[in-house]
Amino acid sequence: MKVKEKSILPGFGITMGITLLYLSVIVLIPLSALLIKASGAGWGQFWSTLSDARVLASFRVSLSTSLAAAAVNMVFGFVVAWVLVRYSFPGKRWIDGIIDLPFALPTAVAGISLTALYSQNGWIGRFLEPLGVKVAYTPIGITVALIFIGLPFVVRTVQPVLQELQKDIEEAAVSLGASRWLTFRRVLLPELIPPLLTGFTLALSRSIGEYGSVVFISGNMPMRTEIVPLLIMTKLEQYDYTGAAVVATAMLVLSFLLLLVINVLQWHTHRRFTSK
Amino acid sequence: MHIKVERISKTFGRFEAVKDVSFEIADGRLVGILGPSGGGKTTILRMLAGLETPDSGTIYFDGHPVNDVPPQKRGIGFVFQNYALFRHMTVFDNIAFGLVVQRRKKEEIRERVARFIELTALNGLENRLPHQLSGGQRQRVAFARALAPEPKLLLLDEPFAAIDAKVRKELRTWLKNTIRAVGVTTIFVTHDQEEAVEVADEMIVVHQGRVEQQGAPIDIYQRPQSPFVASFIGETTVLDNIPSLRGFESAAGFERAIIRPEFVEVGTEREIKLPGASNRGKVRNVFFRGMHWQVDVQVGDSILSAYRSAELPPLRPDDDVFVLVHRLYAFEHGRCTVLENAAKTDPMPVSI
Amino acid sequence: MDMAGTVAKSGFAAAEARPRHLTEPPLVRWMLIGIALVFLALVLLLPLTTVIAEALAKGVQTYLAAVTEPDALSAIRLTLLVAAIAVPLNTVFGVAAAWAIAKFKFSGRNVLVTLIDLPFAVSPVISGLIFVLLFGAQGWFGPWLEAAGIKIIFALPGIVLATVFVTFPFVARELLPVMQAQGSEEEEAAAGMGAGGWRIFFRITLPNIKWGLLYGIILCNARAMGEFGAVSVVSGHIRGLTNTIPLHVEILYNEYQFTASFAVASLLVLLALMTLIAKNVMEWKQQQVTQRMREEVETDAH
Repeated sequence: MKVKEKSILPGFGITMGITLLYLSVIVLIPLSALLIKASGAGWGQFWSTLSDARVLASFRVSLSTSLAAAAVNMVFGFVVAWVLVRYSFPGKRWIDGIIDLPFALPTAVAGISLTALYSQNGWIGRFLEPLGVKVAYTPIGITVALIFIGLPFVVRTVQPVLQELQKDIEEAAVSLGASRWLTFRRVLLPELIPPLLTGFTLALSRSIGEYGSVVFISGNMPMRTEIVPLLIMTKLEQYDYTGAAVVATAMLVLSFLLLLVINVLQWHTHRRFTSK
Repeated sequence: MHIKVERISKTFGRFEAVKDVSFEIADGRLVGILGPSGGGKTTILRMLAGLETPDSGTIYFDGHPVNDVPPQKRGIGFVFQNYALFRHMTVFDNIAFGLVVQRRKKEEIRERVARFIELTALNGLENRLPHQLSGGQRQRVAFARALAPEPKLLLLDEPFAAIDAKVRKELRTWLKNTIRAVGVTTIFVTHDQEEAVEVADEMIVVHQGRVEQQGAPIDIYQRPQSPFVASFIGETTVLDNIPSLRGFESAAGFERAIIRPEFVEVGTEREIKLPGASNRGKVRNVFFRGMHWQVDVQVGDSILSAYRSAELPPLRPDDDVFVLVHRLYAFEHGRCTVLENAAKTDPMPVSI
Repeated sequence: MDMAGTVAKSGFAAAEARPRHLTEPPLVRWMLIGIALVFLALVLLLPLTTVIAEALAKGVQTYLAAVTEPDALSAIRLTLLVAAIAVPLNTVFGVAAAWAIAKFKFSGRNVLVTLIDLPFAVSPVISGLIFVLLFGAQGWFGPWLEAAGIKIIFALPGIVLATVFVTFPFVARELLPVMQAQGSEEEEAAAGMGAGGWRIFFRITLPNIKWGLLYGIILCNARAMGEFGAVSVVSGHIRGLTNTIPLHVEILYNEYQFTASFAVASLLVLLALMTLIAKNVMEWKQQQVTQRMREEVETDAH
């Protein structure tokens, strides 16, 4: 299966062996169990499960909130990345360190604290309540939780690209008479769109499958605030293993499609800017 | 555009890049700022462009001080060392950029860009992206882009540094002719003296942040005003003890001398016609330079470099030879005097 | 979030004052900084402080009581045990995989790397589901396990498996770019001198990657202890037996014991903060090591 070039370094056999064994046991076999279970349903049941109103609604909720959150992160994450790379201000080092909090903080903790914040008596909720804006137990709440989850993705993909941008193209634009806004719009932004899109897609991909931070603030009302992962969970609890497997497979397909999009984006960017 | 620079200085942190530099450039001239790397010449160029601000001193364009004028409004064109092309834009869009900024009409932009594509021999490449071009093509795009908006001053930062040696010569000639054709005041920066000498009408030699000399290439070459200029241009040997050479015994009071190999003749007893004006020496090293030999010969305590025609029989290390120094540049307190070998005109040369 | 990617950059050194023509007017700058800070405070800082505030809402005594209550303690014990098994396993895998991929050329490398990244694309619930499908009562091995009296789902092994699945990429992903950036010259030189595999690894590779390795282990550990969705599916939520700290937090919350819930959650917050600090330190140190190695190669070349 794998052809190795001759190398004088030892250890290929054992390391490959461990790697493949591990991957098979932990990843490949379990995943195939999923696919086999789902396919055991037959096409008919597969589609009828997926087209059930509740299932469709859950996909709608998951997708719409994830898209909204990723979009918000794209805009504000960009501002954060810009400000961290280009400006200096007190506490910048600390702020940069905290960007990764959503990566490090367990999702359940994020879930309960966001709920506490945005519920009626919460620090933020109490301001929004009189304005008639309900956040907790609505799709908006889900979106807020997903914004938390997705933030580092956009910031961390834009930051390095912004860092690496050479001064000279900006100076070139300036020497040709361009104002700051024009330089930003026509010279800098085009360079930043690829990482923005990548970050957006990464955040989107992560958000769709997110469970822990959403399940507390959403209220889990079927048809309204029930996300796909929760639906899978519910089906499991009802011992509808096949149903759970079907929905899970559909989610996996979606995630892989998104992964594919990310890879294509990166490949496309690489091609546009470098000669092969 | 007439440029006048008056006593500008620039320090980065603790490094004094430019110290008290002044010069003037007449309208329409093609000037080369020449000097070793790190000598401050790029900083001077960038200050002219407005990309750096002088810590002190004033820059005048056509008599108006421009220190506070931002780069966008100075009417300059700048060609960067690595071209700084906009890599997501086609060749056409790159060249058109400055015209778009000037809000010219689409027709006019199209026509002007076409003209510059023609001028820079980039026909057929309008829709290519920068990464699809060769180094030389990119340089021409950078050039066209800088020129298209009709700048009053064109600035080039080491334009040929990134080009292959073979292509470099052609590009140099092309650059000189194109600039002539366009007629814009141009200043370029280089560390390659051959390039400066060939391309520029006028040269400014800069060393350690100061102007060493300004003038036509031939003047700088034949009448260097400082030891640095003399040694930077062309191959040279530095000598401290001038009177030790035959024909220069009466040259006293000079700190040091610069001797150009083309003014040193080395040969066997039969070849040298004026043995009385020559020194005895021993060949140390011989280098083939294509068009001639470079012979390093030891005379007394010093090693002199001499050029020897490739037509003559080759010399070998350890050969005993005669060394005739025709001319040298003697320096005293920064003033340069050209000294001829006195013994050459002595009607009664005495040989040892 | 890899470390070798940041090797070439010095991070904050580049943000010196930019000349006027290369930056926005001060008003715009401060506005943007303001927007960024407000956004970050809303999205990141507030949730963080909420946990601490709510945890201590009823005083330190209540806090301590919640954290030392028997079910909480067994949750802590379980979490530590799971991590103690999952993290070393994943470390061995991570090192092996990184070594195989970084030091050798073979076809199918990309496939392997993609496989390693897989858990990031998979929802945590699905990560748990797949093991239920394998080892649950109605799973592939269900009947066989039941006959043998082995419990995997709703018991420790199931939790370990799910945790391993979710966290195994971390060590590999951190080591891979670091090892790739460092190249194989030193190892090849040692092999040429006759050193065996273990010696090469421990005396040559390990010192150069130790910070990246530590970083990966710390991340893996943080994620292992904090994993919620996957473990929630396989654990069965049996109080005192199969609840990890995150699950215990959920139970308390669902029973409206908010303060206790936040109190236990604050342990995880502590863990997260320590992870973040460690991240920054390790990243910086690994940068230095790889940078030094690069410089040595350059000076040798001259």
